[in-house]
Amino acid sequence: MVHKVREADLFESSVGLVERVLDTSIAEKIRSCIQCGTCSASCPTAYAMDYTPRWIIAALRAGQWERVLRSNTPWLCASCYYCTVRCPSGIEFTDLMYALKRLAIERGIYPKGSPVLYQAFTGTVDRYGRSAEVELMARYYLRTLNPWGLIKMAPMGLRMLLKGRLPLLPHRIEGRRELAKMLDYMRERGEG
Amino acid sequence: MAYTYYPGCSQEVSNRAYDLSTRAVAKALDIELKELKDWNCCGTSPSYSIRELPTFVLGARNLALAEREAGACDLVTICNGCFAMLEKTNLRLKEPDLRRRVGEVLSVAGLEYEGSVRARHFLEVLVNDVGEGLIRERVTMPLGGLKVAPYYGCQFSRPEGRYDDLEFPTALDRLLSWIGAEVVDYPLKAQCCGGLLMITKEEVALKLIRDLLALAQKRGAHCMATICPLCQLNLEAYQDRVKVRFGADLSIPILYFTQLLGLSLGLEGKALGLGRELVSAADILAPYLVVASREV
Repeated sequence: MVHKVREADLFESSVGLVERVLDTSIAEKIRSCIQCGTCSASCPTAYAMDYTPRWIIAALRAGQWERVLRSNTPWLCASCYYCTVRCPSGIEFTDLMYALKRLAIERGIYPKGSPVLYQAFTGTVDRYGRSAEVELMARYYLRTLNPWGLIKMAPMGLRMLLKGRLPLLPHRIEGRRELAKMLDYMRERGEG
Repeated sequence: MAYTYYPGCSQEVSNRAYDLSTRAVAKALDIELKELKDWNCCGTSPSYSIRELPTFVLGARNLALAEREAGACDLVTICNGCFAMLEKTNLRLKEPDLRRRVGEVLSVAGLEYEGSVRARHFLEVLVNDVGEGLIRERVTMPLGGLKVAPYYGCQFSRPEGRYDDLEFPTALDRLLSWIGAEVVDYPLKAQCCGGLLMITKEEVALKLIRDLLALAQKRGAHCMATICPLCQLNLEAYQDRVKVRFGADLSIPILYFTQLLGLSLGLEGKALGLGRELVSAADILAPYLVVASREV
């Protein structure tokens, strides 16, 4: 397949761009990658990724961070840490995946809908201090406009309910006012 | 032995049996688990995926509360996700800049954290602190003849590997052997269950679950023992969908390791939350259940 080079890709290749978008420590580390592919071979979900972990590092080193962010790769990481513990260059690839997800949100560049579950999750945690599973699922399927997902969940939900395993009401921690204060403090400083 | 106990959100309702059986087992082994007062979400992987500082503040609030309550203590969890995140929070707080920023935010809520609390996983506490001698001594109902596939999932020994081998952990294998169970050889023991991908990328996660269940069946296991609530749910609740998707009936009971340990200590099924499984374990566990009249 002939790959057409887009102008944007060429622009992205400017030297030093990766350092500007990623933490210096991570940018420095990916320079030590020897492209052996151990990460890709260890990854249980690599087969479903637009670019495997080894490709991601190569693309980042070429400055193509936008192409990386547009890919589904960071959102397919299950955080199993096999790549991290096996990398001969000591690259903590799982943490790089987390950093890329955060960067994607900061820049607003990601495959449509990718962060919705994570955002719904933190929404419930910030409100109650603990996760609220039922509300989370409802919000997730509503926001992704996927009523079918919710319907498909119903039989399992019912079985869970019958076994007393469906948390219908969220647990609210006592210190949620203090928690809100801390979250506000971070938000005001642009760190939330 | 006394520890501060951090149950984790999933244990409140959906995996209540894990919490119940943990407390029951601890009591039977004279381990004091004192629940951390007003604990909050550990910080958790979904939060870390979209924001850094608030994630570590969430984790640090728990560590700070534990320190205030019990000083330099061990904070014991039963969820791999909580364990890994609390461990990561501690590790990252060694970085002076992050430590300063987290400290500043904690002070808004009148909290501070010196860094003296250790995150532990209950499995590892049982194996390393309680130990083989005492556990063997307390077993009254050895699980002879019960074939168990030991499943650790990802974040027990990875990424830090502080308490067990990174890729082939053995703590659960050893514990199960002490209580008389027949531990089947299960090389996928630390492979991934898919985690939250079960919600966002179901096709991908179902395949992982299929592989795990298929191997357990192939090795002749009667059940799988898990040490993480999310692994338990993914392995148990989606067996129907695995069947629809791959056409293979791989149904097998998925139990918390604490339930098996509890049975061997002669505890009653009810005290261990048995009966809440979606895939019934009644048949395979019948030989080991204490008859109620003997309890009186």
